[in-house]
Amino acid sequence: MSTNVDAAGAALPLRRRRLTRRSFIRFAAPYALIAPAIVVIAAILAYPLYYLVRLSLQRYGLFQLIAHKGSYVGLHNYGILLHDPVFWQTLLRTIIFTIVNVTLTIVLGTLVAILCVKVAKVVRLMIMSALVFAWAMPVVVAVQLWYWMTNYQNGVVNYILTKLGIGDFTQHDWYASPASALGVTTTLIVWGAIPFVAITVYAGLSQVPRDLVEAASVDGAGALRVFRDVTFPVLKPILLVLTSLSIIWDFAVFTQPFLLLQSRPNTDYYLMSIYLFEKSIGIHEYGLGSATALVMVLIMLMLSFFYVRQMVRLGDVR
Amino acid sequence: MKLASMGWNALGLLVFGLIAFPVFWMLSTSFKSGKDIISYTPTWIPLQPTLVHFHDAIHTPYFWTDAKNSLIVVTVVVALSMVLAFLAAVALAKFRFTARKGFIVLVILIQMLPANALIIPLYVVLARYHQTGQLTGVIATYMTFVLPFSIWTLRGFIIGIPRDLEEAAMVDGNTRIGAFLKILLPLVMPGLVATSVFAFIQAWNEFIFAYILLTDAQKQTLTVWLSGFYGTSRGTDWGALMAASTLTAIPVVAFFLFVQRRIAFGLTAGAVKG
Repeated sequence: MSTNVDAAGAALPLRRRRLTRRSFIRFAAPYALIAPAIVVIAAILAYPLYYLVRLSLQRYGLFQLIAHKGSYVGLHNYGILLHDPVFWQTLLRTIIFTIVNVTLTIVLGTLVAILCVKVAKVVRLMIMSALVFAWAMPVVVAVQLWYWMTNYQNGVVNYILTKLGIGDFTQHDWYASPASALGVTTTLIVWGAIPFVAITVYAGLSQVPRDLVEAASVDGAGALRVFRDVTFPVLKPILLVLTSLSIIWDFAVFTQPFLLLQSRPNTDYYLMSIYLFEKSIGIHEYGLGSATALVMVLIMLMLSFFYVRQMVRLGDVR
Repeated sequence: MKLASMGWNALGLLVFGLIAFPVFWMLSTSFKSGKDIISYTPTWIPLQPTLVHFHDAIHTPYFWTDAKNSLIVVTVVVALSMVLAFLAAVALAKFRFTARKGFIVLVILIQMLPANALIIPLYVVLARYHQTGQLTGVIATYMTFVLPFSIWTLRGFIIGIPRDLEEAAMVDGNTRIGAFLKILLPLVMPGLVATSVFAFIQAWNEFIFAYILLTDAQKQTLTVWLSGFYGTSRGTDWGALMAASTLTAIPVVAFFLFVQRRIAFGLTAGAVKG
């Protein structure tokens, strides 16, 4: 065994081995390598997570924060949460918001990727550069930028829409109604999310066998048919990962709605992450906030099931 | 046929315009005179560009302090994460061990946790040690998302290195560690650079943790500074706001252009074969 220098990496059957010094090192090495990361993860994640569960069973307000000690109240916080009509309204609104955002992101991103294949090289280069710039914008910068473009006094969006004859948008306030304000939030999020999807799908498209597409076309298959039967199967795993990631990101999205809509504390504008913020840090109710956070984490885990399964599968084969 | 391709190109230009316009508008606004900015009829390209908004932005209180804070936080987070993540990634990529699958699941699951769910217990725990309002507290919280991401990405880069190269080095009489230092490290260097740049960008852009933990204006990061930027007392100073936004985005864009090609595939690499 000691002559097999590569054994550590190869798949070893788990049978009893003679515990030589060398094989012990080989056994212990990976654990020694992940140990520092594990220690840090335990300190900054495992402990807070355990603490999150504990807090959710306590009354923990500002007074308790100063005294560093909460009082145990059992499932009381969960009771408050589940009996709060705003929670249910917000959950429903967030689910609709997530579906709209994810659908737009994936569909538009894929279309941009396909368009990149169709256009001339110069145009492709232009689109790609624009994508990279949009992708690189820090979220806070993007929010300020869209807020400026959509402000009712001299926002350029109102000017352009009016000039294009879509309607009279002079002094139009995009933030006056929840639907319209969340629409602007969606536009901002989708604009920021398309680049990642488009560039990844574009990379995936290059793996579609060209002769297969040509053969299908020669056999008389239309463009849609070729996409469905040749292109889509190749893209499917990529789209699955992208969709799952988008669901996770959009369901928990905080910075964009928080900054864009922060002057509107009306609960009609709430998304789950805003609700969570307002119910915890906002009113210094850390117990209730923790219960809300745990419910949200559970929903996220259900939503991300496919993503996790796909990624674990990838991590396991090499 | 010719007509069809012209149609595609026209559509392509339209899409280019839609995606690029916001960024163009940010730059355009930040170089325009105040009069042109507030006018209802927009000036598309500033013909007499001015740097006055940039001057205003960097002279807004705490710009330099907060830029320095951002730099400190990001540097420490990236340095710590890279060392820890590199060791863990080597273990994941080059060894098979019993706890391997469990660790992979852990790393992936951590990335699912929404930041504002974690912030509550982190806030309470940090408050106990009087670390809210301190950069050290922010550094600790940033590790929660930078470390798992770095482990996962680096693992991808290390797996890509052919095993034959290592073996060849060992046949030449090197130990495993010798082979590692001579062969693996130089090969993995580009991956290490790309991952740390991406970790830099993530940490630089972070907002929630910093916003909740750092309430003292003198001890904030640049994103928090920018989120509270209103400029003059007479209302929002759009020119200065756009100049400030441009300044905040510059380091990110510069780094991004540098590594984006590598990372675009990192997150979903291998998905095709999955």
